[in-house]
Amino acid sequence: MASVQLTRRDFLKAMAIGAGALTVGPLLQACAPAAPSGGTPLKIGVVLPYSKVYAQLGDSITKGMQLYFDSVNNMAGGRPITLIKEDEENDPQVALTKTRKLIEQDKVDLFTGVVATPVVYALRDLLDSTKTISLISNAGGNDLTRKRKSPYIFRTSFTSWQVASPLGPWVYQNVAKSVMIVAADYGFGHESADAFKETFTKAGGTIVGELYPPFPSTDFGAFLPKIAAAKPPAIYSFFSGSDAVNFIKQFADYGLGKDIQITGSGFLVEQDVLPAEGMAANGAYSTLHWALTLDNAENKKFVADYKTKFNATADVFALQGYDTARVIVEALNAVKGDTSNKDNLLQAIRAVKFNSPRGPFVFDQTTQNVNQYIYYRQVRDAGGGQLQNAVLGKTDQPVVDPGA
Amino acid sequence: MTSDTLSFVAIQFLNGLAYSLLLFLLAAGLSLIFGMMDVVNLAHGSFFLIGTYVGLTIVRVTGNFWLALIVTPLLVGALGLLVERSLIRTLYDRSPLDQVLLTFGLAFILMDLAKWVWGADVLALPAPDFLTGSVLLLGGQFPRYRLFVIVAGLALAAALYYLNEHTSFGAVIRAGVADREMVSGLGINIARVFSMVFAVGIGLAALSGVVAGPIYSAFPGLDFQVLITTLIVVVVGGMGTYKGSFFGSLLIGEVQTFGQALFPDLALFLIFALMAAILLIKPAGLFGREAMD
Repeated sequence: MASVQLTRRDFLKAMAIGAGALTVGPLLQACAPAAPSGGTPLKIGVVLPYSKVYAQLGDSITKGMQLYFDSVNNMAGGRPITLIKEDEENDPQVALTKTRKLIEQDKVDLFTGVVATPVVYALRDLLDSTKTISLISNAGGNDLTRKRKSPYIFRTSFTSWQVASPLGPWVYQNVAKSVMIVAADYGFGHESADAFKETFTKAGGTIVGELYPPFPSTDFGAFLPKIAAAKPPAIYSFFSGSDAVNFIKQFADYGLGKDIQITGSGFLVEQDVLPAEGMAANGAYSTLHWALTLDNAENKKFVADYKTKFNATADVFALQGYDTARVIVEALNAVKGDTSNKDNLLQAIRAVKFNSPRGPFVFDQTTQNVNQYIYYRQVRDAGGGQLQNAVLGKTDQPVVDPGA
Repeated sequence: MTSDTLSFVAIQFLNGLAYSLLLFLLAAGLSLIFGMMDVVNLAHGSFFLIGTYVGLTIVRVTGNFWLALIVTPLLVGALGLLVERSLIRTLYDRSPLDQVLLTFGLAFILMDLAKWVWGADVLALPAPDFLTGSVLLLGGQFPRYRLFVIVAGLALAAALYYLNEHTSFGAVIRAGVADREMVSGLGINIARVFSMVFAVGIGLAALSGVVAGPIYSAFPGLDFQVLITTLIVVVVGGMGTYKGSFFGSLLIGEVQTFGQALFPDLALFLIFALMAAILLIKPAGLFGREAMD
């Protein structure tokens, strides 16, 4: 076989192409249309996945932010808003490099984004030590609100405990006294399962078995016969994205849907996966901090505006982007655009309160995570095979993560 | 063994068989392309995924799953032909590294094209109505559609076996894998054979994509998941042999399925450990011929 010969010219050519690719990216960003005139631009570093498995989530969060920023003419505290977007690629190492670049080179005033929990944990120390004021708009690992919280980090999305724990007692009262747990084998899956287990058993329920398929999985064929053999009256399940679609569909394929009630995290049946799951998801109970059908004026406006602007159905990720953008604008307005005094800005963010499409939005003063109502939902056929999450009720109080 | 255990083992075996046969359709093409043309086609998973996307588009437009099953491999196979004629062909005399770079780059381009056309959402490919739901089989519930995958997969495997062993096209392919120069020396237009082999291999990947659609859905990232498992199959079974693809798929499919069912934490490790062990004992794979150079 021919040996690989790299001439000096080939080498230079390759280097030139590489270098070209590296310089064109930032140049293109620099050439982006100038923000409307006003004070010095407010630079917001956005690190989200725009490729790979979570690309759709990054896209939704960005659209949600854009929708709100456009509604205030891209101005916050008298300063034009500039977003500097970076692709986290769902890779902690990549995210770290890009975040460092945003902080050191671009000198961003604020940082936001992050979909995956391992990524947020990788960034935490950098954000904390550089005192970069950050608003996490998805990643829900509990520890960011507990052992690893930082005075510079806020979270506008949820913790896994917040979403999962209210379902335990509710399932015990309304669905079944014994449940089997089936959740994706990674941090968020285990945290969700643990939170459900804790409150479900405390209410008197019994866990009849636990299965943790690897993450990601496309084929659950090896696990479904085990559920069939255990014959539980219900399962508690956490999967998201393509895993959720394939799990729900294969669950039905194996004839389990007839006798076993699906309950789970809201992400299992959220708007991004529900159309692909189809009738296999019909009837599933879940909890989440939002639902498309939530009946309040803010939500109706949000869902309608989103549809008009993007010709797409809003989802929970878009909502999180929308609220994050609002927190930024309200806090910046309160300090009249002054980001030089970090203590004042932190104080202003902590004090932000408004009526979100999800209900009242307020930060916990200790953990800086959002305190919010969690909604009980059921997938129902809204007619013509159009599936929706109907809201059955909500928690008595906003759910507050214990923070420890 | 109690009847419950027996039924559990039987159902898991069928699970593994359905999975193996999907893998086989992929591995047969990948292995053939390598054995014949010395091209490691890292875009193989992308053609699989494009197969699923094209298939679901045909189902959406016409409502006919069977039409998708027949037309998709032809369409995507034609795309494969185009790729071979325009890109791969220029690299036959170059180093394997150049080819790997080309097909790897192609995988990224196809992935972005697919995202551009079909978006990043998870999309479902519905199975025909009479194949949805499950049947009682060997004391357990088993999905009708997976039974169909097993039956269709075995039929295809038999057809490919016949093509490979009992037709003149098969004879040319087997001869080409053994000694490419000698075949062209016998007056056979090897360039045309290469084009055919590549197109057939890609068509099989696309067919696998349509068949897998109702089980796995379609989403960005599936292409690389599928590619990695297929590469393992080909390495384990041995490059360029029909037997290697078939028994390699069966082995990997069943080990992975039983691994997940019995030791979920070790399932991935088991596959790689198996691959390492086989490579140590038989470096050319179970049915591969030892390299001559």
